Amino acid sequence: MKEHVPHPDLPPPISNVGVIGWLRSNLFSSWLNTGLTLLASYLIYLSVPPLIDWAFLRADWFGDSRDACNSGGACWVFVNVRFDQFMYGLYPAAGYWRINLAFGLLVLLAIPLFIERFNHKGLLAAAILFLYPVIAFQLFAGGSFGLEPVETTKWGGLTLTLILSGVGIVASLPIGIILALGRRSEMPIVKSVSVVFIEFWRGVPLITVLFMASVMLPLFLAEGSHFDKLLRAMIGIVLFQSAYMAEVVRGGLAAIPKGQYEAAEALGLNYWKSMGLIILPQALKLVIPGIVNTFIALFKDTTLVLIIGLFDLLGMVQTAITDSNWLGFSIEGYVFAALIFWIFCFSMSRYSQALERKLHTGHAR
Amino acid sequence: MAEPRQQECAPAQAAFWRRPAFRAALFQTLLVLALCLVGYSLFTNTLNNLEQRGISTGFGFLSQEAGFGILQSLIDYNETHSYGRTFFVGLLNTLLVSALGIALATLIGFVMGVARLSGNWLVARIATVYIETFRNIPLLLQIMFWYFAVLQPLPRPKQSLSFGEAFFLNNRGFYIPGPVFEQGFWLVGVAFALAVVAVVILARWARRRQEATGRQFHTVFVSLGLLLGLPLLAFLVMGMPMSWEYPALKGFNFRGGMVIIPELAALLLALSIYTGAFIAEAVRSGILAVSHGQTEAAYALGLRPGVTLRLVIIPQALRVIIPQLTSQYLNLTKNSSLATAIGYPDLVAVFAGTTLNQTGQAVEVIAMTMAVYLTISLSISLFMNWYNKRKQLVER
Repeated sequence: MKEHVPHPDLPPPISNVGVIGWLRSNLFSSWLNTGLTLLASYLIYLSVPPLIDWAFLRADWFGDSRDACNSGGACWVFVNVRFDQFMYGLYPAAGYWRINLAFGLLVLLAIPLFIERFNHKGLLAAAILFLYPVIAFQLFAGGSFGLEPVETTKWGGLTLTLILSGVGIVASLPIGIILALGRRSEMPIVKSVSVVFIEFWRGVPLITVLFMASVMLPLFLAEGSHFDKLLRAMIGIVLFQSAYMAEVVRGGLAAIPKGQYEAAEALGLNYWKSMGLIILPQALKLVIPGIVNTFIALFKDTTLVLIIGLFDLLGMVQTAITDSNWLGFSIEGYVFAALIFWIFCFSMSRYSQALERKLHTGHAR
Repeated sequence: MAEPRQQECAPAQAAFWRRPAFRAALFQTLLVLALCLVGYSLFTNTLNNLEQRGISTGFGFLSQEAGFGILQSLIDYNETHSYGRTFFVGLLNTLLVSALGIALATLIGFVMGVARLSGNWLVARIATVYIETFRNIPLLLQIMFWYFAVLQPLPRPKQSLSFGEAFFLNNRGFYIPGPVFEQGFWLVGVAFALAVVAVVILARWARRRQEATGRQFHTVFVSLGLLLGLPLLAFLVMGMPMSWEYPALKGFNFRGGMVIIPELAALLLALSIYTGAFIAEAVRSGILAVSHGQTEAAYALGLRPGVTLRLVIIPQALRVIIPQLTSQYLNLTKNSSLATAIGYPDLVAVFAGTTLNQTGQAVEVIAMTMAVYLTISLSISLFMNWYNKRKQLVER
């Protein structure tokens, strides 16, 4: 009996696989697409090579005055010379180690939080939230343990940006939780007070809040009470941020099924116990990505403090480019600051997306 | 022995301090008392402090002469006008930059959002790079970059970059020809208004006819014809009552035409590019939220791709996009207050800046400024609630 032997499969046409196939389906699938591809390539050709040429190939990297910048490209010498100021502001150079130590300590403390198998995350997080700020403040401000005192007016640069956003997020979280619980409360007065507070701060721009903090806060307080400018800005930022935080937390509370509330009640737990043991742990876990997103927004918004006269990273760059010895290098300064902000914000947003995927454990319906 | 104890332990009601109603009342009373106390102490402190500094309270200062000039004003304004008028000048400038910014950001956002989902790999990559770059850089930095690093170093008026002798770009602004309306132009406006009314009526009639009989009407083309044709007709009938005035270099600066000052240009560029990136993400998430089955079902019913997009995909995507879009519009309006960093005369720069510094009426000025922003955001929130209620998915 003659057995039927099918022909072996022909390989797919050369135009459908490999590089050519990919090109055909992704870049030249139709006339319109081909046109778009050509247009986009032309735009890239116009912008990218000159950019690389300016930023890398023809750039000057080392030196200590503007005379070192003579090749026509970017003058990174400017950033190099001013680097310490961009990072530490006007902080005395002898005290840089204190800032480094404080941030190094934070990184060291935070590393175990990202290790899956580490068991005492709650305890460690509490230490970071409550104990660490005290230590860091001692290091920054000095005045005890033989550290030389440094006034807050000298704090600046990236350090100030990190301090402001760190304080903003840590202080606004508890206030935001209280406000969110208040907004979902059944007591009419508590609810309306929370709603008014939240909507008020969410309705006005941060810059007016900062103006208010710097102009009106001194008027509000009893005579003679002196308020540090940095502290005033912080109060403004925390009030503003807590309203946004409250809305994020409220989203998490709303996502918890009603059965959880009822089950807690059925177990005989009182309000604070049912919130603290049952609802909030679940709700906060749900909103961690949201919290990271508000943190990103806050991190970018801290640049606004330069308008009321504090020198964060952008403020230091702004003063540096108006220095008469270094006029004409504003683009380099801004690009450097933008790069720093971008690295921070982009990595945080990637982290938040990864968290979202990881924490997605079946709450979505 | 055990029975009476049990009865003792089961009272008909809990003690009054354990009742939720009592606790709620007590707690709220305490809250109100605390708030009153804080409010009262703030109030008296403020009054004391103001008295000490010799600042009189009240809104009387609004009618005093301002005595400072403003870079750009949409209404008639000079140094002799009152502080009250500076409020409106600033407010209008804020509204101008917000309206222009919203239009531009929407355009950029929709183009980029669709581009990011494009099947063309290169186009999608470019859109991704745009979104991820500009979303993650602080807006203030972008505003300052455009203003201090790009627009300020432009050549002086004498060495302006010119485009066809009609458009000029220099460090004083972007000069473009301005229209001059002559007598009789009002008829064109009237014709346009008539056309709008006609289009509305036509659209309603067409929809009703389609619902009743199934016959379609080329509403889009007829409307376009009406909107363009009627004003054009009026324009021709009145003997073309409009001409263009070209900017020309006189002395050290350009005269005539219209000018976009660099402050406005920088603010507009930064606001629309920054917000555009967020809108692009909103558009993308909206389109992705419409499941592919919808497209397939529409094709199965025999709808063409264009019709599918218009009648099936976009209405459903808009349900996701619109809320995010309005919150971005709101952000843009609030962010326009960063104008004060580069000196664009918006509400915050003019009123909460110069006027506040000159009069020292911090409480009144900040309260008025905040009230404006609150009004804008609350009215947009109300609109959003109304819209959400209308568009909510009605599920069985």
